[in-house]
Amino acid sequence: MSSKPVIATASLAGCFGCHMSFLDIDERLLELIELVEFDKSPIDDLKKFTRPVDIGLIEGGCCNAENVEVLRSFRKNCRILISLGECAVMGGLPAMRNTISLKDCLEEAYLNSPTVAPEDRVIPNDEDLPLLLDRVYPCHEVVKIDYFLPGCPPSADLIWEALTALVQNRPMKLDYQLIKYD
Amino acid sequence: MDSIKKIISRYKKDRTRLLDILKEAQAAEGKISDQAIEAVAAALQISRAEVEGVISFYHFFSDRPTGKYVIYLNNSVTSGMAGREKVARALEKEANCRFGQTSPDGLITLFETSCIGMNDQEPAAIINGVIFTSLNEEKVKKIAGQMRKNIDVQEMIEEYGDGANRHDLVRAMVKNHIRKEGPVIFGDYQTGLGLNQALKLAPEGVINEIKKANLMGRGGAGFPTGLKWELCRKEKSSEHYVVCNADEGEPGTFKDRVLLTERPEMVFEGMVIAGYAVGAKLGILYLRHEYTYLKRYLKYILENMRQNGFLGKKIAGQNFDFEIEIKSGAGAYVCGEESALIESAEGKRGDPRDRPPFPVQNGYLGSPTTVNNVETLATATQIFTHGSAWFRAMGTSVSAGTKLLSVSGDCDRPGIYEVEWGLTLKELLSLVGAEETLAVQVGGASGQCLSEAGFGRKLCYSDLATGGSVIIFNKTRDIFSIVRNFLDFFIEESCGWCTPCRAGNVLIKNKFEKIASGLGTASDLAEIEAWGKLIKATSRCGLGQTSPNPVLTTLTNFREIYEKKINKEADFRSEFDLARSVEQACQVTGRKFEEEREDA
Amino acid sequence: MPEKLKFSIDGREGLADQGMTIYEAARVIGVYIPVLCHYEGLKPVGSCRICSILVNGRWLASCTQPLSEGMVIENNTPQVIEYRRAIIEMLLAEGNHFCPACEKSGNCELQALAYRYGIMVPRFPYQFPQRQIEAYPGFLLDHNRCVQCQRCVRAIQTEDGQKIFAMKNRSKDVRVNVDRKLAAKLSPDQIQKAMDICPVGAILKKEVGFLRPIGQRKYDRQPIGSEIEGKK
Repeated sequence: MSSKPVIATASLAGCFGCHMSFLDIDERLLELIELVEFDKSPIDDLKKFTRPVDIGLIEGGCCNAENVEVLRSFRKNCRILISLGECAVMGGLPAMRNTISLKDCLEEAYLNSPTVAPEDRVIPNDEDLPLLLDRVYPCHEVVKIDYFLPGCPPSADLIWEALTALVQNRPMKLDYQLIKYD
Repeated sequence: MDSIKKIISRYKKDRTRLLDILKEAQAAEGKISDQAIEAVAAALQISRAEVEGVISFYHFFSDRPTGKYVIYLNNSVTSGMAGREKVARALEKEANCRFGQTSPDGLITLFETSCIGMNDQEPAAIINGVIFTSLNEEKVKKIAGQMRKNIDVQEMIEEYGDGANRHDLVRAMVKNHIRKEGPVIFGDYQTGLGLNQALKLAPEGVINEIKKANLMGRGGAGFPTGLKWELCRKEKSSEHYVVCNADEGEPGTFKDRVLLTERPEMVFEGMVIAGYAVGAKLGILYLRHEYTYLKRYLKYILENMRQNGFLGKKIAGQNFDFEIEIKSGAGAYVCGEESALIESAEGKRGDPRDRPPFPVQNGYLGSPTTVNNVETLATATQIFTHGSAWFRAMGTSVSAGTKLLSVSGDCDRPGIYEVEWGLTLKELLSLVGAEETLAVQVGGASGQCLSEAGFGRKLCYSDLATGGSVIIFNKTRDIFSIVRNFLDFFIEESCGWCTPCRAGNVLIKNKFEKIASGLGTASDLAEIEAWGKLIKATSRCGLGQTSPNPVLTTLTNFREIYEKKINKEADFRSEFDLARSVEQACQVTGRKFEEEREDA
Repeated sequence: MPEKLKFSIDGREGLADQGMTIYEAARVIGVYIPVLCHYEGLKPVGSCRICSILVNGRWLASCTQPLSEGMVIENNTPQVIEYRRAIIEMLLAEGNHFCPACEKSGNCELQALAYRYGIMVPRFPYQFPQRQIEAYPGFLLDHNRCVQCQRCVRAIQTEDGQKIFAMKNRSKDVRVNVDRKLAAKLSPDQIQKAMDICPVGAILKKEVGFLRPIGQRKYDRQPIGSEIEGKK
């Protein structure tokens, strides 16, 4: 069965909205399963790569060291890598912190904000938490990205068109209404 | 506040005098205060926002308090070669503050500034309007000591320069460094002879004579002067103006400074002749702020010329009146562009205008205006003193006459050279005593960086056209540092009006740094070249259209040093550095990154 | 009768009145040249450069360049499109344009131009500059989104011609500067005009927003410029 193209997906600093939009292809999901197989992805809950992957879909930018690690492993294991959605493409809403220093950000969120109870005033610092990056990085600033699908989220139709075009090895047909940044 | 009101009324609430008003307000209060802005806006009937816009455009205005002594240290490339770093650190040590700040005791403020026209005597600085040249750590120490004793800056000068720099009204330590006197600018000259010859002709005849001489603009662009005067004259208007562009800001040029010091009459006489030719009654000398130390002297020269009948009413006994006034910039390279200069002379931000209409059609205060370079006007005077045939006999068939060159950098004899057009770079290098030359920057930051392969090229309009800046780099110099300095210069000096120049130059600089740091690929080289061409093609004025030249001309002439820096095999290399990106998080949490990596 | 000038754009011939700019002349024959800083009725300032076109190998800004007799203009050629895209991408990278969080999304001209030119990601790294959001009576000024087009500077002035919006600083730090005193006197209509004329979401009238649902906004269905191309 290895003749079917293999797909992997991940959500980095995103909200899973792009994955939701992916599922929004509705009944075409059945068609998709005929066309491809899934490897590492929240969709099938596979945690590790089990084989070489043809198409990797990345939702979200990189806001911590773990995101970078996952993204790099995707680059290593995927032949084609796609930035899916505004956060992957340009950092998205998480990147709105990019104009503020990380220290100020954390202090505002966990120490100085009026909604923080006095006894809770502590910056989370557990060894299990990945270290935050100084700012949020669009994926293509960290690894080479082959395709970009903007949108918040990208519409199901755009995801469908892009995936089927790649799988069928034909050029994408991107109608005006398919490309939106919101 | 009373003093501000007095200043405003002395300038008769004239909007075109806004820069002068602000300058005096700053001198009176050490900054341009909120109240001063309010008072100026009300008196000139413009909004506060607009006044703030003007203040923020120019280097030498400050709406923040400054110290008793305000030091502007030049950051041009030759300054760096002459030991600027040490001087800067010494200044910071003495003042006990960083650049951009004022010392804790309020005595000294430190600023950086772009080329101040002293490239042959660097490192140079302007302190409270007074020029200090050839600075070193010892001198800095001494000057700072004098400041602590509240000594007047003028009294800190130990030795005056040569020529008119010693004049009572100048008293500057600046040196002329005239190394080669040519037949035009430094040839035989007697004030009024050329003017008398010109006034014998009809204005059209004057224009014709300039055309016959084949005089072309000496500022760098090389537009035919006769044609410019003719176009200006032909425009129907009740007023016409002559503007002398003495805003030489191109890094490495200082010839207009020397011309205005040693041959001011020749320049002013050229303005009178131009005024007669185009039908103007008023000429404006737009003097760059950095040369303010010459202003009193130049006013005195103008008064002398008035006394002798070369200026004012009924000039040379003829029915022709012409006056010259001096207006000053406040620190902005872009004001060397003629339409930006006009905006600035009108008391506005020095943003270039859209062209057409050109200044000859719609210039100062909307009237036809001819804007000519200092050297062009001086040369015009000499054409009438000695005749167009005499002039054409010099130089090459296309490029008539001589050119003043401002030579600086790695050579034995930096300074001013008046040479005939057609000289090769190789000949120039031997004339100035340059050895082991790696590169020659011709035409300043906006010009070209040439390697040895180009040293056979000729200085003339048909080959290497130039406004006269020549900066020499020997084989110990690093091309990347030179390019970096020029790119920073353009980012600093862009007016910010149009997208390619405002945004593009920052992007080019970042890409350049990626390549310089060794993280570039072949596609990075291709991209920086493509972006440079885009900025040149689509920018609104000459600044943007030449701003990528430092990268583009070194990419052409020193390609091998770029090739050495890049990784030719890689198709993608990221600047992203995980260890550096988590540094802040490590600081905030007290964690170490290495341990994380082991876990992973 | 003003003399008519002959010209052609990408091989399409036309006649237009003397005194028209290239942009205006193109409109006459139903050719759209994209503009961002230019706005009907305001004096063009040539700041965005998106309307750059090629005439005889020379690049010109069509919003400021007067048409002249016999001009042969390149508008939709690969080289012109390439440069135009690059300038739009520069603007996207230069500011902080978070479309999903912007009230102007769907009605934004910068976004619409990026859609029209099929931009999936700018070729330039995002700069993420530090910019302020300022509050004034009746409106907000979000510098993150400002593209320095100067439309507000030109369009919104006092009766005696004083500038309520003026440019401040220079180079990469150039910003729209608001005269606080004069801005306080702006009428709701003037504020509405300022917001409407702003091509992006930099000037926002307070207490209104997201008036039109997604799908019905100005550029949701039709690319910017369709209204001009639809004519003739």
